[in-house]
Amino acid sequence: MTRRVLVGALVGALAGVGCAAAQTADASHAAAVSSGSTFIDLLFVFVLATFIGLGVVTRVSRLLHTPLMSLTNAISAIAIVGSLVIAGQEHPTLINILGAVAIFASMTNIVSGFLITDRMLKMFKEQKERGPK
Amino acid sequence: MRFQLIQAAYLASSVLFIFSLYWMNHPRTARRGVFAGVAGMTLAILGTLLQPGISNWGLVGGAVALGFLVGIPLSWVPLTAVPQRTALSHAFGGLAAGLVGIAKYYLTLGEHPANLTPFLMTAIVVEVILGFLTFTGSLMAAGKLQEIRWIPQRPVTYAGQNAVNLALLGIAVLAGIGLILRPEELSLLFPVVIVLSLVFGVLLVIPIGGADMPTVISLLNSYAGLAAVAMGFVLDNKLLVVAGALDGSSGLILSIIMCKAMNRSFTNVLFGAFGQVQAKAAAGEAKTAKVETPEGAAQILEEAQLVVIVPGYGMAVAQAQHRVRELYDQLTKRGVDVRFAIHPVAGRMPGHMNVLLAEADIPYDKLVEMDDMNPDMPQVDVVLVIGANDVVNPAARHDKASPIYGMPIIDADKARMCFAIKRSMNPGFAGIENELYFADHTYMLFGDAKAVVGEIVKQLSGQGGH
Repeated sequence: MTRRVLVGALVGALAGVGCAAAQTADASHAAAVSSGSTFIDLLFVFVLATFIGLGVVTRVSRLLHTPLMSLTNAISAIAIVGSLVIAGQEHPTLINILGAVAIFASMTNIVSGFLITDRMLKMFKEQKERGPK
Repeated sequence: MRFQLIQAAYLASSVLFIFSLYWMNHPRTARRGVFAGVAGMTLAILGTLLQPGISNWGLVGGAVALGFLVGIPLSWVPLTAVPQRTALSHAFGGLAAGLVGIAKYYLTLGEHPANLTPFLMTAIVVEVILGFLTFTGSLMAAGKLQEIRWIPQRPVTYAGQNAVNLALLGIAVLAGIGLILRPEELSLLFPVVIVLSLVFGVLLVIPIGGADMPTVISLLNSYAGLAAVAMGFVLDNKLLVVAGALDGSSGLILSIIMCKAMNRSFTNVLFGAFGQVQAKAAAGEAKTAKVETPEGAAQILEEAQLVVIVPGYGMAVAQAQHRVRELYDQLTKRGVDVRFAIHPVAGRMPGHMNVLLAEADIPYDKLVEMDDMNPDMPQVDVVLVIGANDVVNPAARHDKASPIYGMPIIDADKARMCFAIKRSMNPGFAGIENELYFADHTYMLFGDAKAVVGEIVKQLSGQGGH
């Protein structure tokens, strides 16, 4: 049941993101990561993604709440995408440096976030044999 | 063509992130979640590098390399230090969002001021406020958790604190509104917004004490995600919006769980410091607690059929988890059923105890949540409380005057017998006396958690020898 809801939500969101991407596919201005979408487009994506997030996270095992936080930490370091554009393109040096610091901060989160999550998850083991003799 | 390729990479990356969280629903599939996350991140970065016009490869490469250089050692911290590492990475997340917001504002102001529409300005102002308050707030939280000397551990409170905080935030928001309406003429307000957000972050966390850290960390987690969402609005990037929203909702759910587990509301955690509650003056009668020796405890434990261990932050401080594992081994060897009852707010961040016990190789099917354990409590022969305090205080159930009244607790007092390991009779963090320690069937084991558990283990293994 919940699985069906999840899959439904997934398909819906994908369709939404897909439509928005297709609709703006001819936007040729190469200025930024920009796809020429409106506030409403982004709001749609935000609301749907929040619902997916709520649905998925409520099902996360309580055992794993610490690794969950370090994992979402790493995922939200997706800010690196914006930082790369700011630091990488031809801009005044000061702006590029701001971008570079942001890259550094995000990259640190990505690397340490994923590594420590995996390190923690490796420790969770089931009892091997039922009832020790 | 290039544009479609980038968007396809972003789309795939969003899906991978969703699956990454989805697979966290069970320890068996969780590591798959990490791989999905790494794959999604790699795709996102590769897609972004396809952008035309990226040329400062030296700068970009240097920053990435430095990120690796700092990130790898940061993932080696001992598991007791995971809360501070987490707070630190929230700070980095907030910083990145804030800096990109600044860069975007001045860039657009210098090149195409006409593009600073109210929509873009709103997004930038929200990004900067959220980013920088998360930055300093998380740094403060990390400092408190790391117990850095010049950051006070105890809640710092003063008269009119909430008024000052709200006034600061109010001024920042007003300045932000000014910027949204007149982005060019009032550009001097931009630094004001930045400074106020930085200061607000510090002031927000100063009055918060250790016991509230799980909630605050979760809340900052949520803010860091929302800052990424705002960045997505600023840069018109849906991947940022999706990933940020996932993080934001995850932080929100964790905060709600933490608040429920303490029977408190968000506003209460943020604006009513735990230390402020007047601890009821312990009136008159001097109650005495009964004391047991490790030898005696060992004998009783090995006679038991069902033993429940209640770990708390004190176990983490004493680094006692490996001794606890030895105790678990000794008792299991004798056919005793040993389980661990975990309170949601035990420790300094959500799930903290589970990770520590998993590190000590205790099988996760022995870790039982509070709500699943409590109905079985009357059948439990012995409860062993290690470094937990408020989460087993029966006053939360019946004493309306107690500051923790209404908080769900682990019913350690309902077991047939209870041992509590504690350094001394000093009341715990919240300064609340724990009546469990004075109950008829409770016996205290005084000393460092690691030493006491080690002593019990020694007794048990000594007997096993002959």
